[in-house]
Amino acid sequence: MSLAVPTVPVVRSPNFLQTLFTGNLAVTAAGVVIMIMVLVAIFAPFLAPMDPLTQSVFKINQYPSMEHWLGTDQFGRDVLSRLIFGSRNSLIVGLVSPVIAAVIGTILGVVAGYYGGIVDRLLTRLNDAMLSFPELLLAIMIASVLGGGFWNVVGVIAVAFIPGFARVARASTLSVVQEPYVEAAVAVGLSSPRIIIRHVLPNIAAPIMVLLTLWVASAIRLEASLSFLGLGTQPPAASWGNIIRDALSNIFGSPWPIIGAGLLITVVVLSFNVMGDALRDALDPETQS
Amino acid sequence: MAETLLRAEGLGKTFSSAGRLFGKSDPGVRAVDDVSFEIARGETLAVVGESGCGKSTLGRLLLRLIEPTSGTVHLDGVNVTELSRRDMRAVRANAQIIFQDPYGSLSPRRRVGEIVGEPFEVFEPSLNRTQRRDKVATLLEQVGLSSAIMDKFPRQFSGGQRQRIGIARAIALNPSFIVADEPVSALDVSVQAQIVNLLQDLQEERGFSYFFVAHDLAVVRHFADRVMVMYLGRVVEIGPKRAIYDTPHHPYTQALLSAAPQPDPHRKTQRIVLKGDVPSPRRIPPGCHFHTRCPLAQDICRVERPPLRSIGDAHQAACHFAVPNPIPLSS
Repeated sequence: MSLAVPTVPVVRSPNFLQTLFTGNLAVTAAGVVIMIMVLVAIFAPFLAPMDPLTQSVFKINQYPSMEHWLGTDQFGRDVLSRLIFGSRNSLIVGLVSPVIAAVIGTILGVVAGYYGGIVDRLLTRLNDAMLSFPELLLAIMIASVLGGGFWNVVGVIAVAFIPGFARVARASTLSVVQEPYVEAAVAVGLSSPRIIIRHVLPNIAAPIMVLLTLWVASAIRLEASLSFLGLGTQPPAASWGNIIRDALSNIFGSPWPIIGAGLLITVVVLSFNVMGDALRDALDPETQS
Repeated sequence: MAETLLRAEGLGKTFSSAGRLFGKSDPGVRAVDDVSFEIARGETLAVVGESGCGKSTLGRLLLRLIEPTSGTVHLDGVNVTELSRRDMRAVRANAQIIFQDPYGSLSPRRRVGEIVGEPFEVFEPSLNRTQRRDKVATLLEQVGLSSAIMDKFPRQFSGGQRQRIGIARAIALNPSFIVADEPVSALDVSVQAQIVNLLQDLQEERGFSYFFVAHDLAVVRHFADRVMVMYLGRVVEIGPKRAIYDTPHHPYTQALLSAAPQPDPHRKTQRIVLKGDVPSPRRIPPGCHFHTRCPLAQDICRVERPPLRSIGDAHQAACHFAVPNPIPLSS
């Protein structure tokens, strides 16, 4: 057969990271912020100028100085050191909980969306019931049954996020299953699990990834709220959330913990949101060259 | 007549929406209603009819991409409608489909080589990567593409090229039966002819049969051996291409043919303009489905379904009053 078909010029398609960062200063900045925060959390013991737990009655509520760059709190603890150590708990919650929720939620959503029928109805009703509670309320309810404590909070937040992921995964699956390429996969004899792994998951990955980055931010916030309510990181250990809680009663004595932790949460949440938007664009096959 | 490859008997499909909690139950949409026909080995049966007449659904029923509500399909003597899902998967090597939409039918995240090679992964898992790539390269060249495109993504190709990729996937396992679901209707006119010729060349080489769903009567005239006309889920007329085009018996076929544009502007033809719209498939009229719009309709048409009656050599029409050209085509 000799039909002249113009061959497509060989263009090396830019790789994923190039697409992600090209020509957008905000995305680069967000990436740098996240990198720095992760490094700070890992190397906290080397970076923190003081022990975050050491109290001193002689140094309470101090203003920033050469010795304490961000002042001290009502127990005389160094605020900067507490923020540096607090980044560990906050980032672990922020990364681990949404990832657990994404994995479980995606599995449930894809199964419900792909198989439909009674499985779908059961899972969707259960999901709706959970979605009808605000995440914070759901987390508080589960946490008060299971008790507080850091790893419980990680799990609680993950459970609270599962319905959101399940719903997005189900909706995306329903639209992907309608696509002729899934029908084509059935027609060439692929089994259902293979169709799900090959054709459904890659094509619903974009919304899931974006949701994941959005909820990294939510998880950090939720951990802060739970810690603020006394259910999260237990004192004297520090997380950005309980730093704010401890300082709140003393806001006029020493505002520095609240300002510092508040700014950090804002910057990190913002960075993850910017990354989420950039990921969505980079993952969209139609926008890639 | 050559050996029969595929035989459909009493095939039907009713789509019913899930029962509502309150209110009346839904009778559902009867998309395909008691359809029977045969396709010989190496033959092309074209199916025409307006949108919603059930022709695409029928194609999918033959491959069990949609489960039929009634009837049977025999392919190569095997009753595929009673196979288990697992056994059905084994049959799929022998019966393939080419889709209408060249954009939706290729997964945007898979490379061309993976898309075309997928059938081999299922049916010839012993092949290693290199062997599979060799086979894919041969296939791509057979459909008029360069084998160098294997590592590209579908988005890098035009509609016609994508359709060629879809065709390569369909013929990969050397099937004996292919459902072509309006394979050219989404393409530019200039590309349509190329794809139609490719489909014909491949058929000559490999001898498979087509169930060719179309609504372009000119393409059908060029391509088909036999033509089947459908209206609201039923076959109204079936016969050799020449018989259908020259002596259509059913008033619907006559109206359909008279509506096709004439390439010769000086040749005046009488257009048969049907009254009204196609009835909703949710409320299909009793008796002959066509009686609400038929210029010949009598009382009997409103009550009794006309059976497919033989009116010539392998030519059948479902009309109580079927006669050749009962409506004068030229005035």
